Amino acid sequence: MKIEMKGISKSFGKNEVLKDVNFTVKSGEVHALMGENGAGKSTLMNILTGLLDANGGEILVDGQPVKYHDALDAEHSGISFIHQEMNNFGEMTVLENMFLNHEIKNKFGILDMKKMRTQAQKVLQRLDVDIPLNVPIGTLSVGTQQMIEIAKSLMNDTKILILDEPSAALSEKEIDSLFDIIRGLKKQGVGMIYISHRMQEIFEITDQITVMRDGLTVASYATADVDVHQIIKDMVGRDLSDFYPDRNPKYGETRLEVDHFTSKGVFEDVSFSVKAGEILAFSGLMGAGRTEIMRAIFGIDRHDSGTIKINGKEVNLKSPYDSIKHSVGFLTEDRKDEGLILDASIANNIDLPSIDGFVKHGVIDQKADNDFVEMLIKRLTVKATSREDLAGDLSGGNQQKVVLAKWVGSGSQVLILDEPTRGVDVGAKREIYDLMNELTDRGVAIIMISSDLQEVLGFSDRIAVVYEGHLNGEIATKDATQENVMTLATGGKLDE
Amino acid sequence: MNNTTETKAKGSFDFGKFISKLGPLVALIVLAIIVSVLNTSFLGINNIMNLLQQVSINALIAFGMQFVILTGGIDLSVGSILALSGAITAQLIVSGVSPIVAFLIGVACGAVFGALNGVLIAYGGAAPFIVTLATMSVYRGLTYVLTNGNPITGAKMNDSFSFQFLGQGYLFGIPFQVYLMVLGFAVFYVLMHKTTFGRKTFAIGGNEKAAFVAGVKTKHILIWIYVIAGFLAAVAGMVLTSQLGSAQPDAGTSYEMDAIAAVVLGGTSLAGGKGKMSGTLIGALIIGVLNNGMNLLGISSFFQQIVKGIVILVAVLLDRKQAKN
Repeated sequence: MKIEMKGISKSFGKNEVLKDVNFTVKSGEVHALMGENGAGKSTLMNILTGLLDANGGEILVDGQPVKYHDALDAEHSGISFIHQEMNNFGEMTVLENMFLNHEIKNKFGILDMKKMRTQAQKVLQRLDVDIPLNVPIGTLSVGTQQMIEIAKSLMNDTKILILDEPSAALSEKEIDSLFDIIRGLKKQGVGMIYISHRMQEIFEITDQITVMRDGLTVASYATADVDVHQIIKDMVGRDLSDFYPDRNPKYGETRLEVDHFTSKGVFEDVSFSVKAGEILAFSGLMGAGRTEIMRAIFGIDRHDSGTIKINGKEVNLKSPYDSIKHSVGFLTEDRKDEGLILDASIANNIDLPSIDGFVKHGVIDQKADNDFVEMLIKRLTVKATSREDLAGDLSGGNQQKVVLAKWVGSGSQVLILDEPTRGVDVGAKREIYDLMNELTDRGVAIIMISSDLQEVLGFSDRIAVVYEGHLNGEIATKDATQENVMTLATGGKLDE
Repeated sequence: MNNTTETKAKGSFDFGKFISKLGPLVALIVLAIIVSVLNTSFLGINNIMNLLQQVSINALIAFGMQFVILTGGIDLSVGSILALSGAITAQLIVSGVSPIVAFLIGVACGAVFGALNGVLIAYGGAAPFIVTLATMSVYRGLTYVLTNGNPITGAKMNDSFSFQFLGQGYLFGIPFQVYLMVLGFAVFYVLMHKTTFGRKTFAIGGNEKAAFVAGVKTKHILIWIYVIAGFLAAVAGMVLTSQLGSAQPDAGTSYEMDAIAAVVLGGTSLAGGKGKMSGTLIGALIIGVLNNGMNLLGISSFFQQIVKGIVILVAVLLDRKQAKN
């Protein structure tokens, strides 16, 4: 099967999202579709799968023009779209989820469990994975759920599979399994469109790379003939000679000192400190306990023992309220779940941790509050028409800036950033790094949890590596390599 | 190019926005016009006063209910709190306690009943619907125990000028409880829209986890919100007891539904995080005009219930449609 999209254009109102896009994918090929957020990747895929109608251009399948009316239509023709956010019903079993809306019934209208089970097993075998069919799907890891999602699409005899950020929520190990599956499917002749921001993966798994920018396809290469710098240049439209800004830290006093911090069964005996002006990266595999340590420090979750000192003084941070009072800020991993009130305005998100400071005669001094919010919107270059725009309407990068504005505004001296650049496009990433530099120049201590090893190596001063709930080692970033961080992250020790 | 689109947006009349902003008010005015055309005595001063008197009690309860609903919760126990605190006050007055002291004890009890709801919800982690469904039954049961199932009344209650004034008195030709409603509106309007407490209430309703991470003492605020709901229900209970001159064991039955209806008609989202105090006042007035109008028009109380239900449904469906656009 070969799909050719030719001269595709699409506008929403006056907003021209796709101008003249050409994209080709064929059986047995893994084709990366890259571009910053807003470049038009999703729109293009939605047009391919019939979710949106194009204003111009044509789609040819094996040379014949086609037009799909909806996702089901596309699926029947062998094109499946695995969305970034899965729509599983956590309480229902794997089998029930796999056959939802496609249940096999016998002639009395009763579900034919046996037949469904056989079919499910057959397709899982094809992926060479072993997944129990009778457990609630919500009890399985995200990685496993994703495999089930892929299996589901294969039941429809998929020829072209679209994977939208499939690795975003997976652990390293799960990514390996995902790649095994992709390679297996490739051998079976399935073509795949792979959307991801992670350069490393793109170069590992794909055969072909097409880059989109501002609604145009700007370049298309065989993966073997191109390098990361060229791709970034194509995506951003300018030469990012240095993707990560330089670090020229000047350290001050120790801002945060954590000693023998323990939460039984979650993490044990964690001790570290971070100085004013420093960026301490927390690395480790997904599930190693990095996030859990930080949540307990900030007072979201409980801990059993251990002490925290801020600026040399021992403090008891029982809740985020206490932490904020001690000038600690925490950008959570999941900004939609814990970072933002999506239905509230940018202003009401930004000033929330600081709102108690704007009380005059018992009521909020609205003018002072507005000035404060405006100042932060400007300083963090949040792109919005006004401070009253809803946070939920912003792009990922701008949402992240709003969360950062919250913590910059609350005067954080210790700032914990959990995956600060996840789901953020290249341009906004750079702005976030620049802001982190500016903050450390002003004496803020930053702890950055990141699953992106390039980022950890490229933009930190020191790296603490967590393995199975304890600190397995610390390396100065200038001495660190991908290999020695991975050694520590997988439980090994570094030889002196 | 940007400029031209902006001016156009400003120049054109945004009907959707207008409706969502003024919808409840428009509905109230239209309703009032219809009723006054059908029955001219609707606009008579006596009838208006009567209407406002009826609205006051529901409005007071609804103000508290709105805080609860803004957090994404619900309080089904307000009707029972109204009855129980009314009975407590009546019992105290009948036993010779000074009416003012009895009044204060009554509203304090309402606040405590609300606090109990709040603690169970905030610390027990149970759903507000279930907790207040249970306490609705408990508080109603306590009312029956306290009153033995009979109204509490007595000469002392009708002799007490200060207590009687609450629900029967007039000031400058306007029933005293209307002043209470206006005062309640002013106080809680400021609390909701001008203070950090109000902002935190909206934040909890918008995203409780994010509010907690941003340093909002969510449990604290939740408890206070149920205290407010209980307190206002008790105040309404005082007014009703005074108006009737007795505490009825089944007073306030299903009042929670009228309060919820007022809040929803006023445009507050049951999911929490969105709403306006003025909307709730208008919502209470809409229900008041509906009740009053249908009485004037001689519509049987059986049909009144049907009409009220339909009005609420239509309002909510219109609101949903608006939200989708």
